[in-house]
Amino acid sequence: MIRWIKVGIFIAFLIPLGRLGWGYYTQNLGANPLEKITHTTGDWTLTLLLVTLSVTPLRKLLGIPALIKFRRMLGLFAFFYACLHFTTYIWLDKFFNLHEMLVDVAKRKFITVGFTAFVLLIPLAATSTTGWIRRLGGKRWQALHRLIYVSAIAGVIHYLWLVKADIRKPLEYGAVLALLLGYRVVLWIRPAIQKRGSVSAARIAATAE
Amino acid sequence: MLIKKAEEVRSSEITPQDLYLNRRKFLTGTAIVGAAAVTGLGIKELVSPSFAARAGERIDGLQKSSFSTTEKITPYKDVTHYNNYYEFSAEKEEPAELAKNFRTRPWTVTIDGTVKKKQVLDVDTIIKFASPEERIYRHRCVEGWSIVVPWVGFSLNELIKRAEPLGQAKFVEFTTILDRKQMPGQTRSVLEWPYVEGLRMDEAMHPLALLCFGMYGAVLPNQDGAPLRVVVPWKYGFKSAKAIVRIRFTEKQPTNTWNIAAPREYGFYSNVNPSVDHPRWSQKTERRLGEFFKRPTLMFNGYDQVAGLYSGMDLRKNY
Repeated sequence: MIRWIKVGIFIAFLIPLGRLGWGYYTQNLGANPLEKITHTTGDWTLTLLLVTLSVTPLRKLLGIPALIKFRRMLGLFAFFYACLHFTTYIWLDKFFNLHEMLVDVAKRKFITVGFTAFVLLIPLAATSTTGWIRRLGGKRWQALHRLIYVSAIAGVIHYLWLVKADIRKPLEYGAVLALLLGYRVVLWIRPAIQKRGSVSAARIAATAE
Repeated sequence: MLIKKAEEVRSSEITPQDLYLNRRKFLTGTAIVGAAAVTGLGIKELVSPSFAARAGERIDGLQKSSFSTTEKITPYKDVTHYNNYYEFSAEKEEPAELAKNFRTRPWTVTIDGTVKKKQVLDVDTIIKFASPEERIYRHRCVEGWSIVVPWVGFSLNELIKRAEPLGQAKFVEFTTILDRKQMPGQTRSVLEWPYVEGLRMDEAMHPLALLCFGMYGAVLPNQDGAPLRVVVPWKYGFKSAKAIVRIRFTEKQPTNTWNIAAPREYGFYSNVNPSVDHPRWSQKTERRLGEFFKRPTLMFNGYDQVAGLYSGMDLRKNY
């Protein structure tokens, strides 16, 4: 069952790439196809990062722990589209001129933050195997993989900083991300408050004795 | 990923323009009758020549211009389906559809400010001030892409001379129509509406500055700024105001819409200049639509004849 769902997800998330390829081949990507490819791969990177980040909240809220089985695949798909997005930039925009790319990364804020978002995903993709989880140990592995929070935030800022005036779409991504990260913040804070609450309750009980 | 070099559209693939236009005429004809039925317009308005000036209709007797470039003209489909026209939408593919039913007749232009005689002119009077020319210009967007367009119009100075501005007039300000019912983009405050642009008087008087009402030998499509716009080819595209309803002469420099939105990024002058970057991206190169590789951007978009307008000015400060 899980296997077949995985196959389904795999095919589903290859469709955007397939459509781009077919659109390019049949010259159906509009007046500026290279821009279309850049924007579409960027959009899918952000979408897939948000989908990956929604696995944990959905597992808990819906009570379907098995969802965890898809998280690695979704994260790797996010990384895959990030690679495509980065490739369109280094190839179609910079034509593999590394010097120019480095100047861009240093000088242009939206490139700096976008590049950061991409680079942060590399160690996560590299350590995504079961072998690496074992080697690093669950705790350390988990700590490392919290980098996805930083990467997603950087990704949304990257989008926000590059648009000219219409910030609606980056703000939509930002709102969903805030929701997903907010959920985690609540989960961290609540037990702490409860603990403190119960400690002071115990103290009150103790003094009353 | 398979990246094919973008090829030119084979001529056999292009719909013959006559066919395209006939179909369009039929459709707009149907639309006119429909609109007339709804709005209660009489037959007189339907057959009057002013109402009949529709996008795509051929403009006869075009003069050639020595200002024209011989570079390859960008396909009509691209120039009409890739439009920065925020009054309709901030997405470039959308104005083509959203501007389809935009009413360009009746249309008047208010001429006021420091002029001898304030007046309201019908657009059909204005476009007969001089004989129409075809001007094939390079058009460079501030975003880093460019096109080559065969515009139709005549020098803006033909209108300015007839408007008789007073001696103290130092600038010309262009205002785009404000019409939330017809322009869905204006219901969102992405920019301040109505859109305002301006030129210094000597810039506006330069023969290259074009008052434009057509392209590709025909009446201007709505998504490209119909019925009347300016084209200032040595400046970034946003300086060329579309769907103009007011031309005002002023002593003080007008504040243009994009300058209000982001003063550090879009100056009043906004001349195409490869050595002055946009704060967020480089302006050294551009992607000509239809080309795979980027090409270097030229100073004043290659229109060196305007350099004299800016002699002694620091173009880094006056970006």
